[in-house]
Amino acid sequence: MAATMHPPGTAPSIRSAVAKAPTGIQGFDELTGGGLPGGRATLVTGGPGSCKTLFGIEFLVRGAQEFDEPGVLLAFEESAADLTQNVASLGFDLAGLETDGRLVIDAVRIDASEIVTTGDFDLDGLFIRLASAVQSVGARRVVLDTIEVLFGALGDEAIVRNEFSRLLRWLKDHELTTVITGERGREGQLTRYGIEEYASDCVIVLDHRMQDEIATRRLRVVKYRGSLHGTNEYPFLVTDRGLRVWPITSTSLTYAVSTERVSLGVPPLDEMLGGGVYRGSTVLVTGTAGTGKTTLAASAVDAACVRGESALFVSFEEAPAQIIRNLRSVGIDLGRWVDQGLLRLWGERATAFGLEAHLSGIERLLEETEPTVAVLDAVGSLSNVGAEAEVTSAVVREVDMMKSRGITGILTSLSHDAQRESSSVAVSSVVDTWLLLRNVESDGERNRLLFVMKSRGTAHSNQVREFLLTDHGAELLDVTVGARGVLTGSARLAQAAEERAAAAERSAELERRRMAFARRTAEVDAEVAALRAQLATESAELDLLVAEESRGVSARAADRASLARRRESGSAHAAPASRDG
Amino acid sequence: MDANGPGYDDESGAPPIYELRLYLAGHSPKSVRAVENLRRVCEEHLPGRYRIELVDLLENPQLARGDEIIAVPTLVRKLPVPVRNIIGDLSDTEKLLVGLQLRTASGRQ
Repeated sequence: MAATMHPPGTAPSIRSAVAKAPTGIQGFDELTGGGLPGGRATLVTGGPGSCKTLFGIEFLVRGAQEFDEPGVLLAFEESAADLTQNVASLGFDLAGLETDGRLVIDAVRIDASEIVTTGDFDLDGLFIRLASAVQSVGARRVVLDTIEVLFGALGDEAIVRNEFSRLLRWLKDHELTTVITGERGREGQLTRYGIEEYASDCVIVLDHRMQDEIATRRLRVVKYRGSLHGTNEYPFLVTDRGLRVWPITSTSLTYAVSTERVSLGVPPLDEMLGGGVYRGSTVLVTGTAGTGKTTLAASAVDAACVRGESALFVSFEEAPAQIIRNLRSVGIDLGRWVDQGLLRLWGERATAFGLEAHLSGIERLLEETEPTVAVLDAVGSLSNVGAEAEVTSAVVREVDMMKSRGITGILTSLSHDAQRESSSVAVSSVVDTWLLLRNVESDGERNRLLFVMKSRGTAHSNQVREFLLTDHGAELLDVTVGARGVLTGSARLAQAAEERAAAAERSAELERRRMAFARRTAEVDAEVAALRAQLATESAELDLLVAEESRGVSARAADRASLARRRESGSAHAAPASRDG
Repeated sequence: MDANGPGYDDESGAPPIYELRLYLAGHSPKSVRAVENLRRVCEEHLPGRYRIELVDLLENPQLARGDEIIAVPTLVRKLPVPVRNIIGDLSDTEKLLVGLQLRTASGRQ
């Protein structure tokens, strides 16, 4: 993993000349380019239960804890004890901050029934209280929650309006970054008493609405003078660590990228992808039901654990125990990795919560597990939770979450129509690698095919492969291309058998020819040997004759010599005498 | 609220002492007017039965929190109970008398 990995939001995507006071609210500073306008007032308005008080309190708490900016909370609606108790569940220790001298909570109790107004007055009492509180902790931040109560209680609206305007001037003069909460008015009014005209620097509207029986909180920056800001409605959520805004469109594309390849656990598939997928990239596996999406994802998880890396497998469809059992049948034992603490299996129905809660849960899992590979199986299940556009944006945010952490992500998604090469969630444009699994039906059976639809930055194979689920994991086979096109399953086997038979026949014929030739060679050799033998015999006979002849010549010469000697001695012998006769 | 009005102590029968505190912020014209108006009304309607304490919040800002003061001038009737808050320079005598419950809204004393 590269060392220069930016957490989301550290690279400023929105610049402005206005000094910003970071709120520390997750996601909010990102969409406003750094937070609220520093030294100025921001109006946060919304209906009952829209979390405007919480927004203000988190702004103060984060300011005191993280940005060294003490704060003052003037609470007009709730007592300090109630406020402290209400936000304790979010991990905000207001009492502790007060003890440390970083926060003052002044609960201003106004009971309209006890108040009579007679004649001219001003709000110097409030100013003095505020000034004294600000001075006591050296506050840089102020929250007025909900100051509109004054309008109802003090009767003389003209005076209150005038004083309110004076208060805002005073806050600005003292360069206090201020959040004023306001109750949403009727008929589209931003506030009940129109105080938005005084808080002219920044206006934020919070909303809490029901859609398809799912409650969703939303935040919108209506106005931000002197600064660019995201103008969309952003979903937000109350988590146990405060508010969480999801600024999808302001997410800047500043991921660190890796050139390292990681295996998906199926070697032939890695080969098709040029050696695996890039670490930290996102893989989408789509396919119709039963095409092996989960198994393919599990192979990648298994491979990661074999490498000794931690992994996360989130299923929206099956319970962890069921996943382990089912994958064991194809020879992938995820249970051992769970036992070794390398793998975290997490199963929950996507419909259990809204999309934002779902996103928050995923982020929590990613943070706790810190995996190198994470599987979300199957993101299409989210379609039950929200409208299509929302699901898509949620998935995009999940991709961002994983990418920003350098996690290799594997998303599976069910596609209903095998012919339409689209997933049920239209996120194919944000993923790096898209694998399509498809069932083909022929010869009375269904077989699986795998295509690499795209793989960014990779000279990937254009070949179709047959995807097999065997008892020792997923396998890819080269498909056989026969006269009728791509052959799979038994057709592939039949074709292979035919080819084997033809080959066997060819080799038998060759063998026969080879033996015939050998035989012929032997015959010729034998003939040659016979002829040579005959030749040898004839040669021997000739030699014999030659030898006999030479012996005969010398014998006759000897006879003549002896005969001559006998004639010279006179002794007659019977035989030689005949020569004289 | 007592049917006879809180202006009279039912147990002793004796008229109660009014303990009044007037919160001000410095010596503004509003402050001066409020003090003058209060003394005049008390002398007229509560002769010998009132005590007035003046509190300048500029000198004692922390006192604003204790009595829940946001506006000035604010007159707090500490006694007799219940505590009543009257905001303004007290220039409307009728409203002040109603606020102190020396007179009901209909004008009876």
